[in-house]
Amino acid sequence: MAYMHIGKDFVPQDVPGKVTGRIKYSEDYARDGMVYARLLTSPVPHGRVVDIDASEALAMDGVIGILTADDVYPDGEPQSPGLKVLTNEPTLIGEPILAIAAVDEKTAEDAMMKISLTIERLPFALDPLDSLVEGGPDAYNGGNTFVFRQGFASEKWSSDQVAAFRSGSEPTAEAQQSWEYGDLAAGFAASDFVYETNFSTAGYPHMSMEPRSAMSYWENGKCYLHGTSQSLTAVAEGLAGIVGVPLEDFVFVNEATGGGFGQRARAGSIPILAVPAKLSQKINRPVMMRVTREEEFTIGGARQGLQGWIKVGFKADGAMAAMDMYCVSDNGGKGGGGDANSAAGGVSALYQTEAMRFRNTSIGTNTGHRGAQRGPGENQIMAVLAPIMDKAAEDLGLDRLEIRKLNAAQNGDVSGPRSQPFTSAYMPEALEMGAAQFDWETKRSRSRQTDGSKVRGLGIGQGYHNAGRSGMDGLIRMLPNGRLQIHNGVGNLGTYSYASTSRAAAEVLKMDWANCDVITGRTDRHLPISSPQDGSNSIFTNTRTCYGAAQDMLGKMKEIAAADLGGDVADYDIDGSRVFQMADTSVGMTYAEVATRGLELGGKYTGEAELPEELNVVTALAVERLAGSALMGVYHDPRHNNNPPGFTVTFMEIELDKETGKFDILDLVTIAECGTVVHPQGLANQLRGGAVWGIGLSAYERHLYDPQNGLPASSGYWQSKIPTYLDTPENIGTGWVDLPDPENPVGARGIGEPSMGAVSAALNAAISDALDGHLFNAAPVTADMIINHVAGISENSVPLAQNNFRG
Amino acid sequence: MNPKTTRRRFIKGVIASGAAATTSTIWFAANGQDKPAGAVERMIRINVNGQVRTVDVAPQETLASTLRYKLGLTGTKLGCNRGECGACTVLVDDVPSYACSVLTHSVKNQVVETVEGLESANGTLHPVQQAFVEELSPQCGYCTPGQVMSAVGLLRSNPNPTREEARQGMAGNICRCGSYDSYLNGVMRAADIG
Repeated sequence: MAYMHIGKDFVPQDVPGKVTGRIKYSEDYARDGMVYARLLTSPVPHGRVVDIDASEALAMDGVIGILTADDVYPDGEPQSPGLKVLTNEPTLIGEPILAIAAVDEKTAEDAMMKISLTIERLPFALDPLDSLVEGGPDAYNGGNTFVFRQGFASEKWSSDQVAAFRSGSEPTAEAQQSWEYGDLAAGFAASDFVYETNFSTAGYPHMSMEPRSAMSYWENGKCYLHGTSQSLTAVAEGLAGIVGVPLEDFVFVNEATGGGFGQRARAGSIPILAVPAKLSQKINRPVMMRVTREEEFTIGGARQGLQGWIKVGFKADGAMAAMDMYCVSDNGGKGGGGDANSAAGGVSALYQTEAMRFRNTSIGTNTGHRGAQRGPGENQIMAVLAPIMDKAAEDLGLDRLEIRKLNAAQNGDVSGPRSQPFTSAYMPEALEMGAAQFDWETKRSRSRQTDGSKVRGLGIGQGYHNAGRSGMDGLIRMLPNGRLQIHNGVGNLGTYSYASTSRAAAEVLKMDWANCDVITGRTDRHLPISSPQDGSNSIFTNTRTCYGAAQDMLGKMKEIAAADLGGDVADYDIDGSRVFQMADTSVGMTYAEVATRGLELGGKYTGEAELPEELNVVTALAVERLAGSALMGVYHDPRHNNNPPGFTVTFMEIELDKETGKFDILDLVTIAECGTVVHPQGLANQLRGGAVWGIGLSAYERHLYDPQNGLPASSGYWQSKIPTYLDTPENIGTGWVDLPDPENPVGARGIGEPSMGAVSAALNAAISDALDGHLFNAAPVTADMIINHVAGISENSVPLAQNNFRG
Repeated sequence: MNPKTTRRRFIKGVIASGAAATTSTIWFAANGQDKPAGAVERMIRINVNGQVRTVDVAPQETLASTLRYKLGLTGTKLGCNRGECGACTVLVDDVPSYACSVLTHSVKNQVVETVEGLESANGTLHPVQQAFVEELSPQCGYCTPGQVMSAVGLLRSNPNPTREEARQGMAGNICRCGSYDSYLNGVMRAADIG
């Protein structure tokens, strides 16, 4: 289908501000009378605050006030995991205990030194398996796990059970969570190649470039909060609740966000933003809270680490007949996420496993706040599985590409325990496109070729994420001057989907983009509830809402024209600037005239009547405040059918030096299968950025803690080893299948998450290939692991350990 | 490769110019909020973006703090404040430098350029900025001002770099979004149009 905007590049309105430094992040704002808050954080990985004596600090010149957990939670802290605004029961080193405000940061910092903090030190855990052992330390007060609707609990295995798991055996303890489909026993019985192993994947921090600094002030009863998030409206109600102010009196300002990657998507992951708001309320001054890199490490989140056991069986033709997976998930110090479940679901989707069982037990450690991070679960497990796919192919005498095509998801396929169908799926096409672009046929012969100490390795990786939320709202307005204002609450994280999804509205109304404005950046610009820019959801979800709102407006425009000019609504069409009779195009009205007439008519045309009943409270408030201001299109998006997937494929060639354990990526091609392409440059950026993240997952990124004291050892960029220019290839080849999805009005689906998974999988497969098929069953595979393997010596760290000094 | 723009030289330049490798515990001391110490002059004149500015600077104050919090030039970002990320990169006498690791007193007699100083008075973007727009180089944009300044510094010393030279020259700047390839596209385009 030929589109006017969809599939075309454009310059999103915030890009000039990013290259000139004009666009403002939360720390760039200032306010007259502003004071500065500093955080006093926990010096221990697990403890209980016994006493805080701040009298000397509060007596200092320039010190304005203090905020403690008792101020925030006068009825006691919530007895659940998850980040709190402030706490007297820290489960992380660096967890904020109190904030103190002063006329400048130096004074606040000096005041902090005058505070006497008495804290009871409690046992701490760095590895879930250490906590699982009977008598092992628990990360939380009340246990080492949290059971939904039941509270904290203690999950313990016998030392023999833990030891058996560490040594590679199937865990025998009952899992907290499980699902199963198909006949697992029959699947393994029918398999000609069965592989069984334990595995581990590291969790590691998000390390967004922008620390989550925030500034807040109160004016005329309203709370204004300048913060950083992956959404404007999806977090607004939650943040207002945390601050303790009605939604209608809360303004969230967030023009740009310096990275999120899953950890700023919900109000519950950024409660720290409430500190300046509540301090400001208490001391009646604007408050700036600057967050340091070290503080960002602690409260900024981390991917869940997985320790697991898998058994996988393949039939003689290469079909994955059975998969049995048992995970112990590292939930960190503040609750966790659903990585293990997503990993299992990803395996089912990507490899179309005929029979599958999934089991998981989640255990807390005093290591960072775990939660969603780009492709949570799927991206870790694909890195583990890709080399095993190659092992199966080699054992069964199959080509590595062919075994993947055989198991690839296609239209009509289903996945997961509920056999949910895909909305569409073209994985074989993606594999073929990637193979052609990479020239797999030629390059495959270079596998394991040596040149001195260097050896070539080739890898194929696949990525998947189920992306597509519904139930959000769309809101657009046509001004009397004929300009279209598209209100979008998605958040500005750098994917530019706030703008590219808005173009679906312009598409419906056939309008030049120059005549459209995207209204975003702060909630008092009256924004609808939109999907956060998370989980690869925004492209699928917000094109639906923008398209729907534009359809609503289009209907109203034709109604107005038909009422004024005669004829039926069906007799009218549009051309981007006029509504006209198809039989006589001279009979018509300009968009400006229609908008003006709509204002005169009021009622449903201006948001004052006949609104969708299901509108979210956030949208309803926005519509109420905009009612009567312009011709309005309003839409509530009903639930969509089936599972809209994002798929990726990566082909990679590396040269690995067996003497150093280092490698160079010689070629990398990554292909997206995400329906119709909405914004080619944006998609290419997501593929390239995902590639960098995938390289980090499989080769570099770490989460290191001192086992003696529980001190984080990778709180900075250098120690956590996020990839740099020099760790990534000079060019990253991209491509896309570009076939429309039927559940989206412009055929689009999301891609941000799986763009990483395919690369992490391909890299691990390529490393394994270069080492004659050796399986590390881990991610990352670091240089020291490679060197140790080449030298024929065992690893110098416990294979399954999490958060250790590996690498 | 032009030796002027290697990562080694970049880092050495930072160290030679008076590095103040900050940690969180001394960040705030570096913000210029302390009282005068000894005989160090506080009111100094620094040349920023072609204008001589008189500013009250504490002895231990970093250039990033002066630019952001005294002169209102918030385009210079603080990603780590410890010389790891490059988000605060500015040019000091044409050399890309981490402003978080340079003492303001050390640049009294030098020319400082920030991202705000690149755009012409009539709003025309610098070729690097224009190329970054056309290539959609930024993602979240937080590292972008630093990437821009490193690219400008690179192209002044080596107007026609190879892609590998550009990669080496930009290697002091981290992008967590992973937009390296797109930034390199921007650098190469800027070299073409510059």
